Amino acid sequence: MKFSFSSEQEEFRTSLRRFLAERSPTKEVRRLMETDAGFEPAAWRKLNTELGLTAVRIPEAYGGQGFGFGELGIVLEEMGRAVLCAPFFSTAVLATGAILNAGTENEKQALLPGIAAGDTIATLAWVEDPAHWDAAATRMTATPSGGTWKLDGHKSYVLDGHTADLIVVLARAPGTSGGAGLSLFTVKGDAKGLERRNLKVMDPTRKLARLDFKGVDATLLGEAGAAAAPFARTMVEASVCLANEMAGVAERLREDALAYAQMRMQFGRPIASFQSMKHKHADMLVDVELAKSAAYYAAAALDEGDEDIVAVASLAKAAASEAALQTAVHAIQIHGGIGFTWDNDTHLWFKRAKSSEVLLGDAHHHREQMMQHWAA
Amino acid sequence: MSELTEDSVRADVRAWLEANWNPELGLVEWRNKLADSGWGVPGWPKEWYGLDLPAGLVPVVDEEFARIGAIGVAKAGIRTLAAATILAHGTDLHKEKYLRRILTGEDTWCQLFSEPGSGSDVAGAVTRAEMQGNKWIVNGQKVWTTSAHHAHWGLLLARTDWDQTKHKGLSYFIIDMHQPGVNVQPLKQMNGHASFNQVFLTDAVVEPEFLVANVGDGWAVTTTTLMHERRGADGLRTWAMGSDRKGRAYDEERAEIATTMEPYKWYPQRAGRVDLILERAKETGRFGDPVVRQEIARLLIMSKAAEWTARRARAAAQQGKPQGPEGSLGKLVASHVARAAARVHTQLSGADALLSGSDSPMNGVIAEILVSVPATSIAGGTDEIQRNIISERVLKMPKEPSIDTTKPFRDVPRNTVS
Repeated sequence: MKFSFSSEQEEFRTSLRRFLAERSPTKEVRRLMETDAGFEPAAWRKLNTELGLTAVRIPEAYGGQGFGFGELGIVLEEMGRAVLCAPFFSTAVLATGAILNAGTENEKQALLPGIAAGDTIATLAWVEDPAHWDAAATRMTATPSGGTWKLDGHKSYVLDGHTADLIVVLARAPGTSGGAGLSLFTVKGDAKGLERRNLKVMDPTRKLARLDFKGVDATLLGEAGAAAAPFARTMVEASVCLANEMAGVAERLREDALAYAQMRMQFGRPIASFQSMKHKHADMLVDVELAKSAAYYAAAALDEGDEDIVAVASLAKAAASEAALQTAVHAIQIHGGIGFTWDNDTHLWFKRAKSSEVLLGDAHHHREQMMQHWAA
Repeated sequence: MSELTEDSVRADVRAWLEANWNPELGLVEWRNKLADSGWGVPGWPKEWYGLDLPAGLVPVVDEEFARIGAIGVAKAGIRTLAAATILAHGTDLHKEKYLRRILTGEDTWCQLFSEPGSGSDVAGAVTRAEMQGNKWIVNGQKVWTTSAHHAHWGLLLARTDWDQTKHKGLSYFIIDMHQPGVNVQPLKQMNGHASFNQVFLTDAVVEPEFLVANVGDGWAVTTTTLMHERRGADGLRTWAMGSDRKGRAYDEERAEIATTMEPYKWYPQRAGRVDLILERAKETGRFGDPVVRQEIARLLIMSKAAEWTARRARAAAQQGKPQGPEGSLGKLVASHVARAAARVHTQLSGADALLSGSDSPMNGVIAEILVSVPATSIAGGTDEIQRNIISERVLKMPKEPSIDTTKPFRDVPRNTVS
């Protein structure tokens, strides 16, 4: 297993960090998070085209750059650092993953170049109310209808669901249950019979939607009734990606809290000189570095085809969930009163840590997943 | 010598081992050959038993020794710290007298730094060394002294000037442990083992030539020793393993390891024995309990992430990158892992956690874990000191204002324990 980044990867990280710091200062984050879409299509397309971000992990055969999860993890970690407001996780992780894992050669040829070029904003809709993260809870039905399919039901907690041009939807054949009878479909964002509602969200930097489907025309993605395995694989990859993003969130929170403690004077000393602060910061460093190690390891494990990847992915997600949230809690506390104000930026990362803690399953969920796959 | 490369070094050591390694040699005889040839400590200077080999090429030699199972120089115990300190600060007399017998394993060493009144604050030592006539006379008490009961020589930190400030009044000596003024008593720990000693020094004598560096340089020399200890050079962090091969040298090495490691049989237990958790969970039938599963998962996540963090640090070092923060966390993380493991072992054992020895699960191993783990967050630098080091050296946070380093040590408040 690889335990370090190559110098090319380090350079990529450095330039990306500089770029995102310029393009996504918190003033811009605050402006975008107040909009319904949560991003500006023109600005996002420009940034994406300059850096080729959505193309990173797509194979060259489909118009991408053909890098692995090591590089995708770097992109996500840096986006987490910057709390970038962009439809990246939905498009480049969830939808791209589902298409790559489930799609036929023709479907990949048809769908991926648009994503790689930054023309298509896409997402994956699988969770319904009441929310369960696993595919078995799917109730939405797909009925064959004259060579195509009709979807009926609803989806919720869909990342960028109200703005996506292309929605990959998980549904099942009527009368089936569990992992059987599941298929993936693609639906156009403006399809007839699809009603999209922007949900009010705790973390305004990550937009979610509820989608209601009434006889919506859908195109099958991959093999009918065989979506369980490619969908599960997509979730494993997404967990690893989110863990890497959260590592960036956690590290930024830690660094900003440290900078504040070094600057803030009380009792005639910088508060960073008090042992209670120093020990808290040492503990935060441990939490963040361990979470980074797990996230990096999991990304390398995906690239190297590690047979324990299901357990390792859940390990990384559980570690990141706890570390990011704990670091966020400490960061607010270190800032004191000012940290609880809207004007101070800490809450932007606090909320991203909180939403990421829950998204794709919380730490308890992933610890149980890990035990089932590792220690059986 | 022609240009050194990995291939040339590998060829040289291979040829030398083919011509010289013989498992039927006596252990000391073999190690004397290593000292004479330089292959035992190839990174050391040529004039002192080494070959001046660049640090990057030393692992090649280790690999070749390991490949054919050739025994190396004596490495376990404090002797490695003594050697590093003597190489850095010792006189030719010190090097002449001590280094060879350190390498052959004939001499055992101990470190006389900690005192009952100065644990984390090692520089607060109050053991006094006074020049009387032409000898140093030493009085005081040292504690947590590994191997003092069989050591020939001790590395001694003592106060030689009470009017100087704390760090400037210290000097560093090599003391003969086999003399009437040195009284070694075992120190029984809460887990029942006695792996360390207390050393009572009563008018113990040090000849003037066994001062290391100058009077008043004691703290600088101590720092060298401690730096090597933190790097794990004491050989105790990793469990010394004898070979199961046949031959006189192997027999003698096994006996040496048994003697050196005997007091530390419990060391694996103080780390929490994460390796036993799954086996115990199945054995106790608690594996299906969702609460227990969560705790086990928490522990395994921490333990794995700690392992991968150490691997990141090692990978960075191998690539010659500057050490990142990940390289300074191991000691503190090991405490967290050990405590979490003790908690899970307790949960798994239920009422059996009330028992010890042969009545306790795994013939006492589980009981030993529960009462040995507290050592992990204290020995070799407490968790609190680790947090100070991390926050000050890695995160560059300010030091606490100190009140003990600017006035004469005589006037600094200190413990009254004798």
